Amino acid sequence: MGTIQTNVTTGDTSEELALIQSAREGDIAAFEQLIRKYDRNVFRIAQHITQNREDAEDVVQDAFLKAYQNLKQFQGNSKFYTWLVRIAVNEALMKLRKRKSSKTVSMDEDVETEDGSVPREVADWSPNPEQQYRQAELSEILEKTIQGLPMGFRTVFMLRDVEGLSTEETAETLGLSVPAVKSRLLRARLQLRERLNRYFKKKKNNDGDQSK
Amino acid sequence: MKCSQFLTELNDFLDGSLDQKLKAELSEHLTWCHNCYIVCNTTKKTIEIYRENKIYELPDTLRAKLHDAIVTKCKSSKPTPES
Repeated sequence: MGTIQTNVTTGDTSEELALIQSAREGDIAAFEQLIRKYDRNVFRIAQHITQNREDAEDVVQDAFLKAYQNLKQFQGNSKFYTWLVRIAVNEALMKLRKRKSSKTVSMDEDVETEDGSVPREVADWSPNPEQQYRQAELSEILEKTIQGLPMGFRTVFMLRDVEGLSTEETAETLGLSVPAVKSRLLRARLQLRERLNRYFKKKKNNDGDQSK
Repeated sequence: MKCSQFLTELNDFLDGSLDQKLKAELSEHLTWCHNCYIVCNTTKKTIEIYRENKIYELPDTLRAKLHDAIVTKCKSSKPTPES
């Protein structure tokens, strides 16, 4: 069985370092190129965490503005992308805290109450199960499914598996230990798999949807 | 190898970050344990589906709007002095 290949390349090229340097000196056009390169990623991250379109729009603006204002603090010890993601995650969490002012918001939210590390339903899926749905339906299924996960799980899954950060980068970005990221990633992956069963499992003859 | 041990190693197995010996043990487990085979296969598929069908795509019109707003804010802001 093949392994999952990470398909996001986020290493700082000399071209990117040159853009960062120009932007540091106040060249907005150079910074615009960096915005164009990463705005889609930042928007997705913001949506995943806040689950609110308006908040996500604010987070994208605030994150890039903060990055611009603090470019001189970027030392190049980490990749620019990872540094930007860390800013975006913090902005998104702050937004969430404001919205849920009566509740504490943290990466630890709900993670101890959900188990989900042992598969309850083992059902095989149809080949290419996503092709049973139109793109809009599929997006709705994927959104609904990941929204059901505790924030600490879905954020780890999104950074690690969708945005292509390494385990170490994910840990650094979220202020978690590497073992905590690994444990959350496993539980997130298994819970998503379990929740997607109802949409993707092979239909038996005369079978309605028997899943939970 | 027990199924519980297989599950513990599933992440590293899927990410291809196991040493050859452990990888061989897990592959051997998959040849006879149908449940783990399905869990492994569908978990791999889960990751692929989320990676290939990215949700929350940024629409072009909103992208342009955000872009303009960011640039305007950057122009009227001063970079924080180096600490």
